[in-house]
Amino acid sequence: MMRDPRTAVVVALLIFLALLPVYIAMGGNNFVLILFTRILILALAATSLNLILGYGGMVSFGHAVYLGIGGYVVGILAKEGVNAGIVQWPLALLVSALFSLVIGALSLRTRGVYFIMITLAFSQMLYYVAVSLDRYGADDGLTIYRRSQFGLLNLSNKILFYYVCLALLLGVIFLVARIVNSRFGMVIRGATSNERRMRAIGFPVFRYRLVCFVIAGTLCGLAGVLLANHTDFISPAMMHWTRSGDLIVMVVLGGMGSAFGPLIGAVVLLVLEEALSGITEYWQIILGPLLLLIVLFARGGIVGMLRPRHA
Amino acid sequence: MLYFIEQCLNGLQIGMLLFLLAAGLTLIFGIMNLVNLAHGSLYMLGAYFAATFAAWTGSFFAAVVLTIAATLIVGMAVEIIAMRRLYGRDHLDHVLGTFGLILFFNEAVRLIWGAAGMNLSLPMWLNTAVQIIPGIYYPAYRLAIIAVALAVAVFLYLLVMRTRIGMLIRAGASDREMVGALGVNIKLLSTLIFGIGAALAGLAGLMQAPILTAQIGMGENILIVTFVVIIIGGIGSIRGAFIASIFVGLTDTIGRAFLPDLLRLVLSPAGASTAGPALSSMLIYLVMAVILIVRPEGLFPASGK
Repeated sequence: MMRDPRTAVVVALLIFLALLPVYIAMGGNNFVLILFTRILILALAATSLNLILGYGGMVSFGHAVYLGIGGYVVGILAKEGVNAGIVQWPLALLVSALFSLVIGALSLRTRGVYFIMITLAFSQMLYYVAVSLDRYGADDGLTIYRRSQFGLLNLSNKILFYYVCLALLLGVIFLVARIVNSRFGMVIRGATSNERRMRAIGFPVFRYRLVCFVIAGTLCGLAGVLLANHTDFISPAMMHWTRSGDLIVMVVLGGMGSAFGPLIGAVVLLVLEEALSGITEYWQIILGPLLLLIVLFARGGIVGMLRPRHA
Repeated sequence: MLYFIEQCLNGLQIGMLLFLLAAGLTLIFGIMNLVNLAHGSLYMLGAYFAATFAAWTGSFFAAVVLTIAATLIVGMAVEIIAMRRLYGRDHLDHVLGTFGLILFFNEAVRLIWGAAGMNLSLPMWLNTAVQIIPGIYYPAYRLAIIAVALAVAVFLYLLVMRTRIGMLIRAGASDREMVGALGVNIKLLSTLIFGIGAALAGLAGLMQAPILTAQIGMGENILIVTFVVIIIGGIGSIRGAFIASIFVGLTDTIGRAFLPDLLRLVLSPAGASTAGPALSSMLIYLVMAVILIVRPEGLFPASGK
């Protein structure tokens, strides 16, 4: 089992993530914990994108919009005095689901580059809606003064919040893996490799894809809820199109269509960002060409590189 | 009424600028089947080059010529170094690879020119207002933009429809491999087309520089609007790009100018002042979404595809 380097990397990564707060508690740098909480949250968003991008072949260039929607539901409710997590979280997921239902129903009629662009257009529209919400901070964003309240569970405790994020991330990775390997997932993957044949067999491909799109949007809404709680802040920048680009980068960098790929991609991208920005202020001048090289020479991402030669 | 005419001219001017970008982008897409997000970076480079060359030479005209030459060279270099390897890959690879290029170009500009923007001032003879019809004065420079873009449109039409290179371009758009098999140097042709597209983007950037400042990130905002244009117009069609550019330019400008007032007729003032700006920023995306839902391949899908 451990002969496969992929398994070894994943196990090592999970052990590291599980033990990170212990290192913090022993006097490590608090900044590392905050960085990794952020990594876990964006990894969750990337995992949800992987469901439609990696398995479903739907290149959504507006996935960050659900981060924004989830975040804004939490922020708006907090501003209006509703802090109960039991209200905030389900409502955020519901709103994300509704938005992804509408966006998906309209976008999935198109194909290829048109799909990329229409998802981008929808995310731009909602971005401008957020910019115009004067009551909720408009361009400048809105500070959240109290995190979601869950009775005894105090999310302001950084270590506890970290573990909540880790648990939710692992839950979502597990869920996505189960979906992909279910009959439903087989249909989705079948439609990616040969849509016409799936249709000829009699599957309503559009409806399957739409459900898949809604699941991904809802899960990304969850990431938005966590992100708003993590930064205690929401702003239109959460759903800027470059953020959608970042999510795609994480998925492809880690390895499309693999369960832990998006997590690995998120860790590598964000740690790399942190490390490069420590070396030079102009770190993107290194990251940009690096992305290009990955596209050109490492198509399967990091997980692909770790794959044993003979397999 | 005067205000309306003025806004229409503004819309036309923005539309013409969009056309310069969209023409290059749609050619590159139509022939190489490449989604080029970095097209906006060449627009940004055009603005910075223009400001720099104008400062060096002290002549606006020299800056224009040098900028077009420089963006042409940069475009061809980018094609040879990076883009060439992306042909035949899927769209996701294009998006990702050229997204990397955006990061690179933005940071390179920050490194070379610094984070502050750059200004390009107009020569006196362009910095005046012209009376176009009695009572309406309009900046000569904006009229010049419209004229230049129209000239480019005519030039492109003649190039594509009346010359041998244009014939190869059209042939390349309908079957790239076959053209290569017939002995045409398709690699050189691609480099050339990419260079032309880059030069057009650079031209748009240099013409926009005196109106807005040259700044980092200016390419991304206009890039997305340009994509809206080529999607509405139908990918690969220069005619579609031309019509859609004017349409998008007018919709956007007139929407921003009049929608808030129109909404005030139906909504409360508070509601209108919130919804107005939001709706007018969203308008072109809304239009694009509607068009794609009704006609999933745009209004003028390129023939032969």
